[in-house]
Amino acid sequence: MTDFSPTPDQPAAAQSSLLTLSKRTIQRNAAEKRFKAYGIAAIAVGLVMLLVLVTTIVGRGTGAFQQTFITVNVELLESKLDKNGERNIEDIKRVTTFGYAPLIKGAMQQTISDLGIETNLKSKHMAGLLSKNAVAQLRAFVLENPEKIGETIEFRFLAQSRVDGYLKGRVSRDSIENDKNISAEQLDLTDALIAAGVIEKTFNLDFILGSDASDQRPEAAGMGVSMMGSLFMMLVVLALSLPIGVAASIYLEEFAPKNWITDVIEVNIANLAAVPSIVYGILGLAVFINYMHLPMSAPLVGGLVLTLMTLPTIIISTRAALKAVPPSIRDAALGVGASKMQSVFHHVLPLAAPGILTGTIIGLAQALGETAPLLLIGMVGFIASNAPETIGEGLLSPNSAMPAQIYEWAKRADPAFYERAWGGIIILLIFLVTMNTVAVILRRRFERRW
Amino acid sequence: MPTFWLVVVLLALTALGFWFGRRRALASVQGNPRHLHSLPIYYGANVAMSIAIPALLILVIWLLAQPLLIENRVSATIPQELIPENTSIGLVMSDVRRLAEGLDQAVDQNVMTTAETLALDASTTDVRELLGTVGVALGSEVRPEVLAAAQSYRQLSSTGSTAMAVVCLVLALVGFGLSARHTNKEFRARNVVERGVLALLILAASLAILTTVGIVLSMLFETVNFFGLHAWTDFFFGSTWAPNFRGDSELSMLPLLWGTLYISAIALLVAVPVGLFAAIYLSEYAGPAVRSLAKPLLEILAGIPTIVYGLFALLTVGPLLLNLFGQGENGILGLSWMTGATSVLTAGVVMGIMLIPFVSSLSDDIINAVPQSLRDGSLGLGATRSETIRQVVLPAALPGIVGAILLAASRAIGETMIVVMGAGAIAKFSANPFESMTTITTRVVSQLTGDTDFASPETLVAFALGLSLFVLTLGLNVLALYIVRKYREQYD
Repeated sequence: MTDFSPTPDQPAAAQSSLLTLSKRTIQRNAAEKRFKAYGIAAIAVGLVMLLVLVTTIVGRGTGAFQQTFITVNVELLESKLDKNGERNIEDIKRVTTFGYAPLIKGAMQQTISDLGIETNLKSKHMAGLLSKNAVAQLRAFVLENPEKIGETIEFRFLAQSRVDGYLKGRVSRDSIENDKNISAEQLDLTDALIAAGVIEKTFNLDFILGSDASDQRPEAAGMGVSMMGSLFMMLVVLALSLPIGVAASIYLEEFAPKNWITDVIEVNIANLAAVPSIVYGILGLAVFINYMHLPMSAPLVGGLVLTLMTLPTIIISTRAALKAVPPSIRDAALGVGASKMQSVFHHVLPLAAPGILTGTIIGLAQALGETAPLLLIGMVGFIASNAPETIGEGLLSPNSAMPAQIYEWAKRADPAFYERAWGGIIILLIFLVTMNTVAVILRRRFERRW
Repeated sequence: MPTFWLVVVLLALTALGFWFGRRRALASVQGNPRHLHSLPIYYGANVAMSIAIPALLILVIWLLAQPLLIENRVSATIPQELIPENTSIGLVMSDVRRLAEGLDQAVDQNVMTTAETLALDASTTDVRELLGTVGVALGSEVRPEVLAAAQSYRQLSSTGSTAMAVVCLVLALVGFGLSARHTNKEFRARNVVERGVLALLILAASLAILTTVGIVLSMLFETVNFFGLHAWTDFFFGSTWAPNFRGDSELSMLPLLWGTLYISAIALLVAVPVGLFAAIYLSEYAGPAVRSLAKPLLEILAGIPTIVYGLFALLTVGPLLLNLFGQGENGILGLSWMTGATSVLTAGVVMGIMLIPFVSSLSDDIINAVPQSLRDGSLGLGATRSETIRQVVLPAALPGIVGAILLAASRAIGETMIVVMGAGAIAKFSANPFESMTTITTRVVSQLTGDTDFASPETLVAFALGLSLFVLTLGLNVLALYIVRKYREQYD
């Protein structure tokens, strides 16, 4: 309180006036203004950070939803694809992707000369504008439609990532000087093909629904399969953590006697909520994989680990929801002859359901974005290329998850993958925002004030 | 999947039991439920629970215990001299398991019959090639002892599975029979069912304890193994972190701990002033409109997954800092203090941003809990608002704020993705925030990803690190809760 008491070196009180501010008052008012400004600055820093984060994500990620395609007419030469001419599917299957490459080279050369574009490039480099995926795409088409052999068909092939980057402004003529994947002549050709309308950039559904691709083909990589992995993990989390969490909360909130065992459980749950997520990953590796020999990288294991991680969150919010139901409800139920168990299950639980649901959705959203434990149980480091076909396979066959897939892309050196990673984050955030919005709406819509 | 079918059969039996119990109870009163002690569904539920609960419980326990028992039985049969130098029984056992799985697959794919697999002889047949044809690649040639062990492993597994199925089904049928016999109008079905449900609720609640025990035991067990292979003095008091998968590693926690604490300190240096001032402004100055807008917006920062912050550190903040401090003459400031985008500062700043809402919402609650009378008293004496906050409100809220900061510190220490992507991989003692350094969590991730060999100290050290991390964060949380509780007593 020393600030308020007069100090010896202060001028005498007689000289002060209500109309003119003393030097000390001016100082104190200035300090007040400064203090308030610090507060505003702190809020501004927080909001600016949020803004920077959001604009970075949107600015760098939206590119991933568009992809450059090259439209080419390919003649499916019978002499290359089916030498016997019998349309025997086994014969056709024997032609590897290597055998399809000449068709693509020829088609590119044909397209370019039809358009009258002058270039010194060899046909190999012309075809180099296309993704390495193009041959596989062509082969898959032929195997599916063997009757089309001999015809000329229009195909939309992915352009390779450097061409795509050139259209998106990521690759420039200066940046490719030491790049062996593309040359300046190829970019000249690209310019000419853009003018002719052969190369165009359109929306790319495959990024959302497709599978991951090897690190040579960033243009073909998509989030679809890892989304399935996340979906199966969330199913496991929901199926386990909701019933167990609700059961545990009901016991602790409604039945547990106040003794040291209950205290231990409660302290335990509070502490589990604050355990770093990576510790759950270590637990999962040691118990589920090393001891129980469950398959590595399986969404089932990921789901189990995330269940343990989400349980404390769900228990805490469920207990809050149960606590919010007024005792009069319980008393009324007991008063008309219901047992304690009936009063809880028939009356308290339905009234607490919106709160429980809100907490569960928020817990699930947290689990959906969690990465660290997934690294330890092996949900990274491979290419999630096959979408599961059955539920059993979805749970047990190796897969990735959305955040793990993003991490995987961020680790690869090619900047084309960075764009994918940001794009993946947009998809992940759309899921999270949707889940949180649903939770908020549920709370607003069904929350009852007693 | 025989276990799957066992579960299906048990569930079908349960459904049948429910229907049967309900019908039998109604039959005992000639279809008039008013003469029953409990509602008819309770009789059904009683039969269903008597079938399902014991059988499923035994199933789960059996599934957990069987691998351990078989492992012990089989590994006892492997002669000691078979274990190659520098490896452990665990490696040989993983060979045995793989071989056994391969033989199972061969039977599944109709390459061999069960009798043929039992008659296999490692000296006459090339088992490795045989299993190659069914898609199981073995690491080395199969030795006769390993094959014998694999055979007994398969035998024990299949005997175990059969025994499990039999025991579960018998239990289920006994439960069915006993409970069906009880079912008549005098039986107090509701009381029994409710006792059973209560037991299930207690089981669910104790799962929390089980998780903690699991965490501690799984890490403790491997940590003890680690200290059996590596000197604990080096782990706690050594000065170098240099894992070497050919052996002779120096595995000391201290450089990692230093990196962790340094990064956390920078994160707190960012988060505490910003978060605290934000909380002060929101609770003391802001009007309801600003508050209802700014508070949720700030809290969005807390809901963003850490992988997003990690990517932000790796691809945005790191290169930005490198541009500012590291490019020499070409850079913006003309400095060359940084050599790479990953650094203590990169990870620290990004982690600080992540912690801002954490500090601000916790402190906000605490500042709001300070009684209004204290403020009124101070303002009435002529203090300005900032003087009131600095000299009355903050001292009153200090224990709670310290608790909030400790919780934030515990979050920072346990944070993984940001440091994995932003901090780098070099373990060293250095005070230069522009250098890349590594943390406990980063090393846990790198030691445990990919193929892990649970017999080498380089892998096991991750468990010792994990346990240290667990103890450290737990200690901080307990301390924070203690301080917060002590504070709460002042005004109640």
